[in-house]
Amino acid sequence: MINKENPYIPYNATVEDTWYETGGERAIKTFKVVFDDENIRKSWEHFPGQCAMIGVLGVGESMISISCSPTEGEFLRFSVMRMGKVTQALHQLEPGDKMTVRGPYGNKFPLDQWQGKHILTIGGGIGQAPMRPVVEYVKSNYDNYGGLTMIYGARTSGDLCFKEEFEEMSKDDQLSCHLTIDIEEEQWDHNVGFVPQILMDLNPSPENTIAVTCGPPIMIRFVLENLKKLGFEDDQIYTTLENRMKCGIGKCGRCNAGNMYVCKDGPVFSYAALKEVPEAFA
Amino acid sequence: MSAMLLSKEKWSDFVGMLAGKNLWAPRESDEGLRFVPVAEGEVPTLDYNNTRVPPKEAVFPQTETLFKFKVGGKDLEEPRPDQDAVLLGVRPCDARAMHIIDELFSWDEDDPYYLKRREKTVLVGLACNEPGLNCFCTSVGGGPVSTEGLDLLMVDLGEKYLLEEVTEKGSALIDEVKELLEEADDNSSKQKDKLADEAAGKIKRSIETEGIPAGLPGLWEDELWQRVSASCIGCGTCTFLCPTCHCFDIQDETEGFEARRCRMWDSCMFREYTLHTSGHNPRPTRSERTRNRINHKYSYYVDKFEVIACVGCGRCINLCPVNIDILDILGQVKEEI
Repeated sequence: MINKENPYIPYNATVEDTWYETGGERAIKTFKVVFDDENIRKSWEHFPGQCAMIGVLGVGESMISISCSPTEGEFLRFSVMRMGKVTQALHQLEPGDKMTVRGPYGNKFPLDQWQGKHILTIGGGIGQAPMRPVVEYVKSNYDNYGGLTMIYGARTSGDLCFKEEFEEMSKDDQLSCHLTIDIEEEQWDHNVGFVPQILMDLNPSPENTIAVTCGPPIMIRFVLENLKKLGFEDDQIYTTLENRMKCGIGKCGRCNAGNMYVCKDGPVFSYAALKEVPEAFA
Repeated sequence: MSAMLLSKEKWSDFVGMLAGKNLWAPRESDEGLRFVPVAEGEVPTLDYNNTRVPPKEAVFPQTETLFKFKVGGKDLEEPRPDQDAVLLGVRPCDARAMHIIDELFSWDEDDPYYLKRREKTVLVGLACNEPGLNCFCTSVGGGPVSTEGLDLLMVDLGEKYLLEEVTEKGSALIDEVKELLEEADDNSSKQKDKLADEAAGKIKRSIETEGIPAGLPGLWEDELWQRVSASCIGCGTCTFLCPTCHCFDIQDETEGFEARRCRMWDSCMFREYTLHTSGHNPRPTRSERTRNRINHKYSYYVDKFEVIACVGCGRCINLCPVNIDILDILGQVKEEI
């Protein structure tokens, strides 16, 4: 939990496992990490939607989505795209190496309030990172929800994250899983087309359904438009915002979108709430 | 609230008695007038309008260490707490500014660095007899003898200083120098009121803030932001030297095997402030950044903490290299609402 004595002091954690989700210059690498201190391990509580400041001492910290559900066990998962100084350093880490973690930060997807409803997640690229905990959470509580549909797309099959999980997902009768890539590829037997279009083709009913989306800004824009066309109300649609962050506790001022701090009031927002935030889609 | 008088003849004795208390006072430096620790034997004078650098730096330093560590190590060493400090000659606007950002540093999670230092710092105020050219404290809830945020207020009555206790920290300080003081009488309090009225009357600049916090969101797309930021060069002076600006960056620094994580003032007027690692910038031009600066002070902060995060010290007007004037911007805002 957030260090009450001094929220800027991170906890030490050890990388237990790590693997590449995607390759290339902007590769995405996943880290499974465990806190070194058993007390932290026991008292740490996180929930889908939240993020954490992870870092390498001497280099810095970045705010990253926690990409696992608490129902998966006493560890954390982060999927990090190699972009800047800190994420470069994180990518150097191998099993047994240390990273620092502080948090968890931000609000949560109100999954408790969504009990009984059908959950539809719509992710694009690295935007699947905050969707994955929602999927995992519902999967471990199927009885409490009215169903689970997952749409996930990326530019190419190589750009999809969490590929090792797709096969098991395809065997899950209670999960309706729809994968897509932008351009046709050989040996790809799923959808081809942009995520917003796949959403239209699938034509999900808005009745008793909550749609959750995260991805590149342009994808989110069209997904929101299409969800509206499909008859979803503003309060049935949720997304997450991201902004540059430093403190995570509403002090450093940096992550504001209008009068909201993304680190405190977000990152999860209903579309109904976002419409009131002038900078939300800036 | 009890009040005492200090004869100016005893000023150096007064300073001498406080010298052991980590006394800070304004002194001219290469970077202009700013609060610095008073040197042994030094007798600061209170002959200034206001410091260029606001005294917020005594509790929220421009750069401070959050913790130290060895390169490759994992043990974090937090800095030892600072010693108590007494700031002598803080203008009421700057004390009010600290009072306003106390809210930010204590909402939700406490910020231990700021709050511990704030707790250990005694603010001795100096009422304004001669407001500066661009002072407008009276428009934003302050005034020449405002005591918000102060522990003790000094008023220059000519031959003497009137010392008014504001908090227990202030009375404790008075107790320590009691032998130099005499009881104030009705006359001195009347003198103070007269000076305060005169000082308020000398404030030439003003803005009627009513309606601005509620009206700003409606001006989001207004072309006024383009207009008022057209000459901005993005130097960040308006925010760095603003007593209520509190935004900071966090960076790691290493030198040999010694490393530290530190935080330093940052400014929403800089492009890098909001620049995403992807290259996307939600505030790509100075127009959006200026809009954020004004909205943060006059709307967002009001939404969160019910107070305008501007104390009317006039620094951003005095020091802007291209003469951007916040009162001019607010005037245009009023016209458009």
